[in-house]
Amino acid sequence: MAAPGPQPQTGDAAYRGIVRPLLLPTWAVIGILMVLPVALMAVYSFLTKEFRGGVEWDFTLAAYDQFFVTRGLFGDEPPQIEWTYISIFWRSIWQAALATLLCLLIGFPTAWFIATRPAKTRGIWLFLITIPYWVNLLIRTVSLRFLLRDQGPLNEGLIDLGLISEPLQIINTNLAVQLGLFYSYLPFMVLPIYAAVERYNFALSEAAADLYASRWATLREIVLPVVKPGIIAGCILVFVPSLGAFLAPDLLGGAKTFMIGSLIDEQFKGSQGNWPFGAAVAMILMSLVLIVLLLYARAQTRGAR
Amino acid sequence: MKGVRHYPGFLPLTILCLIVLYAPLAVVAVYSFNASTSITQWGGFSLRWYADVFTGAEAERFGQAAWNSLTIALIAATTATAIATAAALAMIRGGPFRGRQASFALINLPLMVPEIVIAVATLIFFSTIGLTTGYLTILLAHITFCIPFAYLPIAARLEGIEGTYEQAARDLYATRAQAFRLILLPLMMPGVISGWLLAFIISLDDFIITNFVKGAGMETLPTAIFGSVKQGIKPNIMAISTLMLLVSVLFVTAAYLINRKGQKTP
Repeated sequence: MAAPGPQPQTGDAAYRGIVRPLLLPTWAVIGILMVLPVALMAVYSFLTKEFRGGVEWDFTLAAYDQFFVTRGLFGDEPPQIEWTYISIFWRSIWQAALATLLCLLIGFPTAWFIATRPAKTRGIWLFLITIPYWVNLLIRTVSLRFLLRDQGPLNEGLIDLGLISEPLQIINTNLAVQLGLFYSYLPFMVLPIYAAVERYNFALSEAAADLYASRWATLREIVLPVVKPGIIAGCILVFVPSLGAFLAPDLLGGAKTFMIGSLIDEQFKGSQGNWPFGAAVAMILMSLVLIVLLLYARAQTRGAR
Repeated sequence: MKGVRHYPGFLPLTILCLIVLYAPLAVVAVYSFNASTSITQWGGFSLRWYADVFTGAEAERFGQAAWNSLTIALIAATTATAIATAAALAMIRGGPFRGRQASFALINLPLMVPEIVIAVATLIFFSTIGLTTGYLTILLAHITFCIPFAYLPIAARLEGIEGTYEQAARDLYATRAQAFRLILLPLMMPGVISGWLLAFIISLDDFIITNFVKGAGMETLPTAIFGSVKQGIKPNIMAISTLMLLVSVLFVTAAYLINRKGQKTP
């Protein structure tokens, strides 16, 4: 029911006339300080590296070539696929996926439990889950490192209890990195699943129970398909930041757990750096994340239909 | 039979979830009161490491870093909140307009792009335009990524305020500016304050982007702590961590309470 002629200035659209000036600061700041830099980074990935850490404005595919192709130690052998960097990406994807799975296994029951509490106490539970997210990520990662050390409280406690005789080597392993990522992003898994379960119509479960479905059959056949959008959203919110994480692999892992974040970081440190290569790795990481987000958006629009 | 909402084992897993989230923080908080110089041995209760934070060998370095962190967080949060408030007015009260979708995507962009990618892109940008990395570059980067965090609570609050209040003011011949200042802004205030608090915490927290654009000799608290931790976790780091933890918890609790109180009044 579009009204013809000039619309009355209702409160709901009171700022219609000045939308542009109101949005100008946002466009200027994010446009100049984020969109432009990302575009510039794309250009940098095609430039030639300078030895002091920086670039020369000669366009080349050298950075991407270095990432994907090897020509032997002296560069005179026939080109082959370079596995070093691909395997770092593969390891990062694998680590992020395991951390996501771990978050899902703990996060789903937690979200379900909170969503089935009385409305009064739900807020408190949710608040308890979100507080750690607001504590400095560096401090949380350092705390985890302190807890998991060879002589740390966890190992000492387990030895005192007589459960183990030698300290478990957790720090500098893949497990430590997975635990770190899990610990960093767990609230991101709980919140969207909670939102989905809160909207779930429990009459569906009751109907299933009336038809003699067991609790777990109901969970598998009825609940999971209905709350799937929340689960997928949670998985993406954990997987995407885990993929580019820097602190957890750097502080909890060792040389064997090198991930994308550290690879990029190295390219910009000191005179040993390689800016175009770092920019190319960042571009490849961003493309991966964009693919994941696009797949998600497509799945959502398909689900809405 | 406790009904269809109950699943055996979900309560223990929830408790496990909370233990996982809080145990490392609790352990560090406890050990920050350790009298011993060793981080492994418990030597009794003491406040010596808190005294060390303010008077010890590293006090000056951490003091300067804390000052940088606080002033950057204050300026970045305030600027980002002002920008986000204007954006929220346009997005929620601007009616339909061309570029609304694009504006929405732009506001949320800092949440979509991985932090390390933002860090690289920002460093490359500052290097290209010839801006020396330091206080100013950290500040500019922080303002940018704080915008969506300030925007979310402000927009959520604004959506919950009916247009009728301003309409009544306008009917009584208030100008748009008067209606905003006297009617809408006070109603929005809980959202604006929580937005500011969250932006402040996010700025105070940031390590990855700051580490890229800080330049040599410039430190914020997280980068100073990171530098120390690389040589091993010392007791004074645990005291600083506990203090920062306390600040975060206080701020988030304040944001939560202000928002809840705001929801009760119309």
